[in-house]
Amino acid sequence: MRIVIGEGSCGIAAGAHKVYEAIEKLGIKPDVTGCIGMCFLEPIVDIYGENGELVRRLVRVTAGDAEKIVTAVKNGELSLLDSITISADDSAFLEKQTRIALRNCGVIDPTDIDAYISRGGYSALGKVLKMTPEQVIDEIKISGLAGRGGAGFPTWFKWNAARQSVSDTKYLICNADEGDPGAFMDRAVIESDPHNLIEGMLIGAYAIGAKEAVVYVRAEYPLAIVRLEEAIRQAEEKGYLGENILGSGFSCHMRIKAGAGAFVCGEETALIESLEGKRGMPRLKPPFPAQRGYNDEPSNINNVETFANVAWIINNGGEAFAAMGTENSKGTKVFALTGKIRRGGLVEVPMGMTIRDIIYDIGGGIRGDRECKAVQLGGPSGGCIPSDKFDTLIDYKELAATGAIMGSGGMVVMDDTTCMVGMAKFFLDFTAKESCGKCVHCRIGTKRLLEILDRITKGEGKDGDIELLEELCVAVKDGALCGLGQTAPNPVLSTIRYFRDEYEAHINEKRCPTCECADLVTYYIEAEKCKGCTLCSKKCPVSAISGDVKQPHIIDMDKCIKCGQCKSVCRFDAVFVR
Amino acid sequence: MCKCNCENSDLTLLEDVLNKYASVKGSLITILQKAQDIYGYLPVDVMYHIAAAVGTTPAEVMGVATFYTQFRLQPVGKYLIMLCQGTACHVDGSERIETAICEHLGIKDGETTQDGLFTLKNVACLGCCSLSPVMMINGETYGSLTPDKAISVLEELRKESTE
Repeated sequence: MRIVIGEGSCGIAAGAHKVYEAIEKLGIKPDVTGCIGMCFLEPIVDIYGENGELVRRLVRVTAGDAEKIVTAVKNGELSLLDSITISADDSAFLEKQTRIALRNCGVIDPTDIDAYISRGGYSALGKVLKMTPEQVIDEIKISGLAGRGGAGFPTWFKWNAARQSVSDTKYLICNADEGDPGAFMDRAVIESDPHNLIEGMLIGAYAIGAKEAVVYVRAEYPLAIVRLEEAIRQAEEKGYLGENILGSGFSCHMRIKAGAGAFVCGEETALIESLEGKRGMPRLKPPFPAQRGYNDEPSNINNVETFANVAWIINNGGEAFAAMGTENSKGTKVFALTGKIRRGGLVEVPMGMTIRDIIYDIGGGIRGDRECKAVQLGGPSGGCIPSDKFDTLIDYKELAATGAIMGSGGMVVMDDTTCMVGMAKFFLDFTAKESCGKCVHCRIGTKRLLEILDRITKGEGKDGDIELLEELCVAVKDGALCGLGQTAPNPVLSTIRYFRDEYEAHINEKRCPTCECADLVTYYIEAEKCKGCTLCSKKCPVSAISGDVKQPHIIDMDKCIKCGQCKSVCRFDAVFVR
Repeated sequence: MCKCNCENSDLTLLEDVLNKYASVKGSLITILQKAQDIYGYLPVDVMYHIAAAVGTTPAEVMGVATFYTQFRLQPVGKYLIMLCQGTACHVDGSERIETAICEHLGIKDGETTQDGLFTLKNVACLGCCSLSPVMMINGETYGSLTPDKAISVLEELRKESTE
């Protein structure tokens, strides 16, 4: 039997490597795999049988379980592990998914090229090198693959435009600057299946005629960078990368460029500026990168997930890919399901599934006994979809009609304790900070939007603020230079559209319906419930709570900073907010 | 920018990096990243030196250094607390963690404690969303935080550093 430990960033953060070390110390060297996608159960240890089949999946494993695991594996007594084995209920998380981009994630060892090859890896590259670039682009056109970074632009169109540009030097660039807070799909692909990305990029490079490929990775993803570096080295060794690939005469070199932390660099022209070592400020389009991009040469930029689908499409045919999904959206989409969800993690589903299916069938519904209120798609560029619209299909057009976007894949679930005005403010705070400052609409517009939202959450909202927000949103959308500014107002517009009542409560009644806006709530202790245990007064950071032992306590409103400590420590539920 | 060289950084440490990258077009960000790895931050005299080596103006270097959040113009404390303010962490109450840390250490976002032990930095997303709220201190991730848990982690580290 073989012990395999999931060591993606999430797994390691949850303690997977400590489990690895503990098992290794006991005499069995475990294998490593990438992200299995079930973040809510990390660290995960899989036990494979002699024929390579998964016989047990152990979840929330600690280093203390190592002895038990080693004994069970050595003696073949897997029943010893029943208490840490995944439940049938949680297994449903994977069963409802269709994995194409993530097909090898959590299955193979990402640091071993042979593991990738044994699953059919690099066979698509071999096939492509016998085709003409035009045939490759045609196959991608048949598949209907669209940009997975969020905008959903047809991939074949971009490839074709770059193909048509005449130049000796062309570049293929992978956008792995996954800056959307709450999204980690690209990181998982690079960490768990780097060769799939390399193969997809090589096919793209062949199609457009590029001899140089660059992966622009977020600096915050150190593990992804290490694994990709190693994968590039291995691919070069085996002759899949470099001069005269597989004897075809086609040459392509690949390198990594680490970003330095700027959300706007996810925008393709800003990314190019950053690649050139400058401040990442977007360029005016046209000329489009396909005509004049990196180093003023024709360049094609695609997202990690887009490339991760390419090798599968070549191997299985564009029609097989197009058979999945809806009329407008083909194939699958990966989402990072997070927030107040019971089973959070990486989810890959066919287009055309409903949001409800993802949240309830895969995600297992809401944590605790709360009501689901909305789901946020597309991060700072996206919008919220309220729970009564959960039958909306995962489809570029359908999602756009709700005011949200497909986005790169961030899917944050919110329950009835999340203030939607606060949520809009959270995103505007982000975009205002990340605005590069080049164009006025984005630089000043996001700042003004943030100021108005801030005012509303402080109880200083005025009559007409909602209308002012709406007007300003439209102005910023229309006037901004790049995608960041053009989409920055979306979180505000979509929360106004679906949760106008919350805005009105803040403005007209100076009340936050979810009691999340600190300036609009007061904390008080219900005398009948308070047992006088003194815990809250000890924990209060500003000594605002007084009272004798075994007597009801009182909060001094003048001193209270509304941090909520008293409420979270009270064992008798005697502290209330209103 | 001050030009008095008051920082007196050891510029020879940067020699290898500059030999490798100074003449490669478009390498300014890479050079600054390597320089920060060496010095822990970007001292002013180092930026002047880089500008001269690359053949650009100090203003250009400063412009790039201040554009990206990764670059620091001040030294950081022994422990760099990167507190995640991503969407999932926000929904799970990262603001309360921040308040608790600020109260406890007496510093705000971006500041360092007087004893030079802790620096607090809010970051956009650490990508460990299922463990939210999360903070990362010197490469180690601490998840599912509560205000109490966050403070006890800091106290552990403080104890560790005095031992």
